[in-house]
Amino acid sequence: MKPRTLLVVLTLALPAALLVAILLGAVALPPAGVFAALLGQGDDARLGLIVQHIRAPRAVLTALVGALLAVCGAAMQGLFRNPLADPSLIGVTAGASAGASLAIVFGGALSGLAGLSLVSLGAFAGGTLAVIVVYRLATDAAGTSVATMLLAGIAIGAIAGSLSSLLEFYASNDMLRRISLWRMGGLDGANWPRVAIVAAVAVVILGVLPAQANALNALLLGESEARHLGVAVDAVKRRLVLLAAAGVGVSVAVAGAIAFVGLVVPHVVRMLIGPDHRGLLPASALAGAVLLLAADTLARLVIAPSELPVGLLTALLGAPFFISLLRRRREYGMP
Amino acid sequence: MLEVADVDVARGGRTLLRGLSFHLAAGERLAVIGPNGAGKSSLLHTLIGDHAPARGDIRVGGRPLTALGDRERACRLALLPQASTLDFPFTVDEVVALGRTPHASGAVADRAVIEAVCAATDIDHLRRRLYPRLSGGEKQRVQLARVLAQIWRPEDAGERLLLLDEPVAALDIGHQALVMDRIAAFAAGGAAVVVVLHDISLAARHADRMLALRDGAAVAQGVPSDVVTVDTMRRLFDADACVMTHPRTHTPVVLHG
Repeated sequence: MKPRTLLVVLTLALPAALLVAILLGAVALPPAGVFAALLGQGDDARLGLIVQHIRAPRAVLTALVGALLAVCGAAMQGLFRNPLADPSLIGVTAGASAGASLAIVFGGALSGLAGLSLVSLGAFAGGTLAVIVVYRLATDAAGTSVATMLLAGIAIGAIAGSLSSLLEFYASNDMLRRISLWRMGGLDGANWPRVAIVAAVAVVILGVLPAQANALNALLLGESEARHLGVAVDAVKRRLVLLAAAGVGVSVAVAGAIAFVGLVVPHVVRMLIGPDHRGLLPASALAGAVLLLAADTLARLVIAPSELPVGLLTALLGAPFFISLLRRRREYGMP
Repeated sequence: MLEVADVDVARGGRTLLRGLSFHLAAGERLAVIGPNGAGKSSLLHTLIGDHAPARGDIRVGGRPLTALGDRERACRLALLPQASTLDFPFTVDEVVALGRTPHASGAVADRAVIEAVCAATDIDHLRRRLYPRLSGGEKQRVQLARVLAQIWRPEDAGERLLLLDEPVAALDIGHQALVMDRIAAFAAGGAAVVVVLHDISLAARHADRMLALRDGAAVAQGVPSDVVTVDTMRRLFDADACVMTHPRTHTPVVLHG
């Protein structure tokens, strides 16, 4: 498939997915009323409330989180020169999970900042801290070793994981439930202030990452090969790690751990249009948004009126799909 | 074009190169020979700026190597590494096009360069294939095409230096001859070439000058007939060799024993 074709298809699919996400839910809404409410008109106050304060912010937040997870996954896979790499490999998810658990157990009655709960702030801080530590561990005078980063990510992940377990050990039943719900991932806490925060991060990341596409392509050849092609390898690596940490960190902060989007989406896009990051990065962002919107809509529908944590759904559907990709990887020229 | 003066390189407490001096004019081909671990690859990586010399001076086109920015260096110097792994399913065409990364010469000029280097390395028939599925020799020719694309046009950078680390190691003798001839043609177009070769007879046949390295130091350097001698072979490899003259090319040929 030509990259342009896929980009056009996805660009058309995104507004459609947004609209479907707003229309469908525990209560199916009449399309005419929804359009009126979206335009700020309409006389049904209850419908207007659902659309403007519940469904619309949630749909936009879902799209942003999906886009961020997928585009950061694509960038990490390029940086690590490993099509199976995932942002969780460098400790973001484990660190965020420990941070969120800390906030749940010790946060008590403290309130959050600017629409973000203390749990979200804890998750963001934990995720970012983990990445900084991993990056420091892997960096010396000779530069950053990507292999060491992967191993340091595993080590930091283990430390953060045991910290989380320790907290769970001391947590009350109510806290335990909140921790496990957070870990499953969900977008039910969506509101406009959260959308604004994630959108600000997304604008930076979606603005800066595509400019790294040529450098990422060169990096796939190898680090010294990229350097010989004129790429400032260490600066690019630092930039990519920071962007991915911020992108995944803020996603995890507002939506918990949503598995497999960052892994599966770039993988599928690569199979369709090849590994060239000039097409891969924007297409992954769009596809991530569309797919997470579809998954979240499904999660809200399957056991309505209550809803499934979307992270559970992406893991449930994503993992088998990923296994089938692994088994067929040679058909696509993967090692 | 390239001036190397009294260069020492050390890394991790180990001396890789010691007291190396030579110079190379545009259009010249220098073949580097020597036993495993002699510092041949280290020399290439030093010439492209990966290893900073502990002592001595490297100049490219009269300017210190370290004074060249990343982009400018990439437009003038290209290195074909001994082995490189690329596990992503790029097509051959896309891999070759990566060689144009440092340039802003435009899509039309880049296309023309890619056409030319693909023809020169006999990979035209592979261009739509996925790189990870090629054979070892095919991959080597694709990588050679990529580094040629990087410094192919004289108008992109006046003085160009091509560094090749065993470019024919995985090739059949037909493609060995083809690649060495194309490298000669490329050099004749105004570029200097430093090529590490294991096949001493091939090196002697295709180089203007040779540099014999052992333990990071030059054992001999000069025109092939001066370097390829029974005495030098013994000092390089601790092995007896028989040196003859090729009946047609009149260049030295080394036989074992």
